[in-house]
Amino acid sequence: MTWVKSERQVERERVRRTRGRRSASVATASTIVFLVLVVWGVTNSPGWPRVQETFFSPEQFAASFPDVLSGFLLNVKIFLIAEPLILIVGLLVALARGLKAPVFFPLRALATLYVDVFRGVPTLLVIYLIGFGLPALELQGVPTDLATLGVIALTLSYGAYVAEVFRSGIDSVHPSQVAAARSLGLSHGRTMRFVVLPQAVRRVVPPLLNDFVSLQKDTALVATIGLVEALRQAQIHVASTFNYTAYLVAALLFILLTIPLARFTDYLAARTQRRRGA
Amino acid sequence: MSVLTIDGVWKNFHGHHVLRGIDLEVAPHEVVCLIGASGSGKSTLLRCVNLLETVDDGTILLDGKEITDPRVDVDDVRKRLGIVFQAYNLFPHMNVLDNITLAPRQVHGVSKGEAEQQARELLARFGLADKAGAYPDQLSGGQQQRVAVIRALATRPRLMLLDEVTSALDPALVVEVLGIIRELKESGMTMVLTTHEMGFCRDIADTVCFLDGGVLLERGSPEQIFTEPEHPRTREFLRSVIGSGRL
Repeated sequence: MTWVKSERQVERERVRRTRGRRSASVATASTIVFLVLVVWGVTNSPGWPRVQETFFSPEQFAASFPDVLSGFLLNVKIFLIAEPLILIVGLLVALARGLKAPVFFPLRALATLYVDVFRGVPTLLVIYLIGFGLPALELQGVPTDLATLGVIALTLSYGAYVAEVFRSGIDSVHPSQVAAARSLGLSHGRTMRFVVLPQAVRRVVPPLLNDFVSLQKDTALVATIGLVEALRQAQIHVASTFNYTAYLVAALLFILLTIPLARFTDYLAARTQRRRGA
Repeated sequence: MSVLTIDGVWKNFHGHHVLRGIDLEVAPHEVVCLIGASGSGKSTLLRCVNLLETVDDGTILLDGKEITDPRVDVDDVRKRLGIVFQAYNLFPHMNVLDNITLAPRQVHGVSKGEAEQQARELLARFGLADKAGAYPDQLSGGQQQRVAVIRALATRPRLMLLDEVTSALDPALVVEVLGIIRELKESGMTMVLTTHEMGFCRDIADTVCFLDGGVLLERGSPEQIFTEPEHPRTREFLRSVIGSGRL
């Protein structure tokens, strides 16, 4: 038997189409009105000509861009090195906190202490303490290179956050999964490796990437120990021209860097959805 | 010698006695069916045998060796047991083949090729040959439970524990899971199972045990338990089961 659309169905589809068109036009109209109001409000404010000149100067933009960009490459380098290190530190600390055997008590206590301390201390302070304190010890083998010290400080600070993200992921795997794995004779370690961690990591990818977006911005904090990265380069320009456009350049570069990561998070989420819904 | 010997096992949860001195012997190739109302202690007993729960008193022997000794290696005991849960508990991030071969490869040291060949043979035997690459959430409940049985079977266990394996399934799917258990019995597997499917229990069990309030009140052949139960509590339970149309 072939299906001939009934009159009723044809009418239904016509109503749905009309409604769809109407909501699209309402959305467009309200967006235009909103944008016009914002632009009008800003450009008609009494201080706008001054703001335009100090923040949106095309000449200053062109003049500061190469310097800020070269500084920005240092930010990129720092987080590219710090991110894998943070993942390793975070994962190891999270696993150490889950060890139940009495032998590992010191390790577990140390991991807990580490998380408590480094999550409690502001990142900026950690950077000061590591950046100025570590070389001052004058120990053999302790790095004195500022970029290395910056990476160490950021890794210590973010490692504590990421460890907690991993731990919440591990805790979110249902106990019945552990029961099933242990019932098959898998040891605690193998249960973690093959059953719990693969599920936990998949679940924590969005919060992890969120922390990484935050890290990418916080690479600017290493400017405080004397590294000339994007923010410092911008400051140098601002100090010599009294024009803030260089800050805008730095802000744009940071935004451009975080957008791909955000899209990548979306892509991963969509892929998980597809696999689930298949 | 008995495969499993349970002797005077007690288990408390927060001061509530869930098991009150259970004794049970399971001979090789025997199928023992535990029946009783929810909360009678059937599942807890299986979890004690599997060492997922520690007993509060009494002993459990597997092949004559005590497994309730705190010094015993639990992983070594579990290697010899296969358990299937009510909620399947398949690993959602692995396909069917990986679910089945995980324990043979990681616990029993079987090579990848051999483990996969064995898994494919089992899948073919139970009508799931085309599902090797599928993920658990792409399967029906009945298929998932059959995979769970195969996963437990793949380690060649000495004893299979089946905990209400059909309770989460609709009637049409119950049939396919019961089929696979029947085939296991025919192949000589020793099994302890808990079930609410009385017809199936009567059909498959060598011994039926009725648990009530943590006590093993009555045991006997299916004929004896289902036609002339001695204990009034057993009669009452079976009457309520018949009343609900499950026999």
